[in-house]
Amino acid sequence: MNDPILEMRGVSKSFFGIKALRAVDLTVYAGEIHALMGENGAGKSTLMKILSGAYRPDPGGEIRIEGRPVRIEGPLGGRAAGISIIYQELSLAPNLSVAENIYLGREISRSGLLARREMREGVGPILKRLGADFLPSTLVAHLSMGQRQLVEIARALHARSKILIMDEPTTSLSAAESERLFALIRQLRSEGLAIIYISHRMDEVYALGDRVTVLRDGRLVGSLDKPDIRADTIVRLMVGRDVSSFYKKDHDPEAGRGHPVLAAIDMADGQRVKGCSLTVHAGEVVGLAGLIGAGRTELAHLIIGAAPKTSGRLELEGRPVEIRTPGEALEAGIAYLTEDRKALGLFLDMSCLDNINLAVLGRDAKLGWFLDRDKARERADRAFAGLNIRAANVGAPAGGLSGGNQQKLLLSRLLAIAPKVLILDEPTRGVDVGAKSEIYSIIDNLAKAGTAILVISSDLPEIIGICDRVVVMRAGHIAGEVTRGPTSPLNQEDIMALATGMEHLDA
Amino acid sequence: MPDNAASEAQPAPTTTNGAAAETRRQRMRMLISALGMLPVLLILCIGFHVLSEGRFFTGQNLGIVLQQAAVNTVLAAGMTFVILTGGIDLSVGSILAASAMAGLTLSKLPELGMLWLPAALLTGLGFGIVNGALIALLRLPPFIVTLGSLTAVRGLARLLGADTTVFNPSIPYAFIGNGSLTLLPGVASIPWLSVIALLVILVSWLVLRRTVLGVHIYAVGGNESAARLAGIKVWAVLIFVYGVSGLFAGLGGAMQAARLYAANGLQLGQSYELDAITAVILGGTSFVGGIGSIWGTLVGALIIAVLSNGLILTGVSDIWQYVIKGLVIIGAVALDRYRLQGSART
Repeated sequence: MNDPILEMRGVSKSFFGIKALRAVDLTVYAGEIHALMGENGAGKSTLMKILSGAYRPDPGGEIRIEGRPVRIEGPLGGRAAGISIIYQELSLAPNLSVAENIYLGREISRSGLLARREMREGVGPILKRLGADFLPSTLVAHLSMGQRQLVEIARALHARSKILIMDEPTTSLSAAESERLFALIRQLRSEGLAIIYISHRMDEVYALGDRVTVLRDGRLVGSLDKPDIRADTIVRLMVGRDVSSFYKKDHDPEAGRGHPVLAAIDMADGQRVKGCSLTVHAGEVVGLAGLIGAGRTELAHLIIGAAPKTSGRLELEGRPVEIRTPGEALEAGIAYLTEDRKALGLFLDMSCLDNINLAVLGRDAKLGWFLDRDKARERADRAFAGLNIRAANVGAPAGGLSGGNQQKLLLSRLLAIAPKVLILDEPTRGVDVGAKSEIYSIIDNLAKAGTAILVISSDLPEIIGICDRVVVMRAGHIAGEVTRGPTSPLNQEDIMALATGMEHLDA
Repeated sequence: MPDNAASEAQPAPTTTNGAAAETRRQRMRMLISALGMLPVLLILCIGFHVLSEGRFFTGQNLGIVLQQAAVNTVLAAGMTFVILTGGIDLSVGSILAASAMAGLTLSKLPELGMLWLPAALLTGLGFGIVNGALIALLRLPPFIVTLGSLTAVRGLARLLGADTTVFNPSIPYAFIGNGSLTLLPGVASIPWLSVIALLVILVSWLVLRRTVLGVHIYAVGGNESAARLAGIKVWAVLIFVYGVSGLFAGLGGAMQAARLYAANGLQLGQSYELDAITAVILGGTSFVGGIGSIWGTLVGALIIAVLSNGLILTGVSDIWQYVIKGLVIIGAVALDRYRLQGSART
């Protein structure tokens, strides 16, 4: 093969002492499609942001482009070095025309005035080469997602980029649009571009990849050439790590498993969730696994009435219930812990006491209106003691607490209503190890007490460590279920295969 | 005037000195944010007293200041509810005018005259609820909705009096505009207008700090999405706060009508909304919602009244008064920014 166009040697990146990327060596050649895979948080986006100039790598590593060492700095650094990135959420201005978007930041002007015609004519040949079916003067707002992607690619070509990085480019495309995109990517390869293709989807990697590189926990754990690209090998590389012992699971799923508490039947929102059904029993911890964007959070939002559903119904302890708002869900005994505690959960300026009591203020109120401050105080003290929340006092604002304590604070608000069903969305995201294991034992104790628990998590070892069975979602559907055998534990490979859609390919 | 949050911050049964120090720091921070502009108010008073050669701290002048602050305090109290949810009510001046016009017009009818006061209040409440419904149910931006009603309600106020000044020298309950409550006969009395304003502040404090609804108002302002997920009926909270703002504007209209025995739909209450907003912001209530106290608003309204009174006492021209007041508004918002930097919100 020819000389490498991009070489990364020993590139690391740490954030506040946490290593997001550890001494990664990556070589990419011109005229190849290089697939980059890894679990959520494996370091793919950090790597990409280093190449775009958004992050500066730790000192010590080296990046060479066409053999010359380069420093990529600032948001335009990547483009100056010949690297263009097409993000999952496209970065086009919908209110501007195709030509204006392609020239964005590099507009042609003649004596201070925009040379619109010159710009329109400048992009013509590139659009033609890409087979675009729209005009340079079309507003981007009028284009489909697939057409917008074409504009992004045109922008990269126009900037004379030699390396094109695409991050999950097919997430918002239809099947036909994806096929057209693949053909275009192959065409660009034959024209000599290097393409780094980031994807979770095994079928795409099979179809396109000349080489596959797998990242895990910030390390490059393996590169496979075309003949060696096999699903089982990739999955082993992606998940291969030990399940730590700090997961606590004392509740007995077989003895404790009671009657079905929550049954969601054929839930759909017309967009991200396409007819999902699942059941959670009393005293059971069910995992809801899947890749980011599979529709897990959206399904939870449908269950608690936080988003409008186009179809589906709920049964609670065997009886049909109608839930239209999160308030009604709480009244029915369904509590939901959001994945985004700062934006959707906590009131950072309000006291811990208010945050804990918020859902039960009305229930506790005197004369229906007035705060029962003694009861609130008592409840907050109980929560602090019971969940081991560490803060100066219950009057301290929630924003000053650590991530783990904030999470326990939010959890204690939900526990105050004594829920029958508890839906936990990424319960340990951004939480330190100590608080993590505390949260695991809280979950375990709730299950022992008969609560039906659904845990959404992208952390596979966590799902395997604390759940009794795992429902896997893929692209808005329930892809399948993984259960624990009498002796065998839950299997990471099985879950990953369902989540990426690989089970068909190996079969 | 300690904020309730500070009094709730009793020391927890902590064991370490570090936690105790942290508790002290937090109480200090809360005290500072609760006291807010109170030191500024005191400095202004003393400064004007010196500059006016001792004419500020006289019983008569303080009575004037309190009376002048009264209507703005009432409007600003309603505005506090609205701004705590992260909204704004630009229409209070127009609602005040329309309520006063409605009240005065009714007061001239012999058999219904006594009903003018509740009529003024209900007029204000009605306009406020319309504002709230548009904002909460149609999800329109508060700035736009109340900017619209600022204009539309002003027009209605003019319609109510056929675009003339309505007089009623024998309006019932005129004492609330011009009488005083005698505390010690011959020694101390306080204008009824100021008594009403203080009562409004007390009721507002009770609602904001001692009721479930109060916590919900702070929650909606602090994080609307989280409030919705926590089961709070955000729409009901929004209709309530705009309703309160309208009701208090109606009360302000009644106070003005009783004081002047007259109202003019075109002139009454012009740009009162600006003074009310300034008072709220000066009082430390954050423009983005969720942070603030009604006591701060009282201090803010007093600062504005003292500023007006003091500038007149010291002989500053009418024109320069505008310039100085405008700079105070900008200074207040700068202070708001500075205040937010120290809080948990980042």
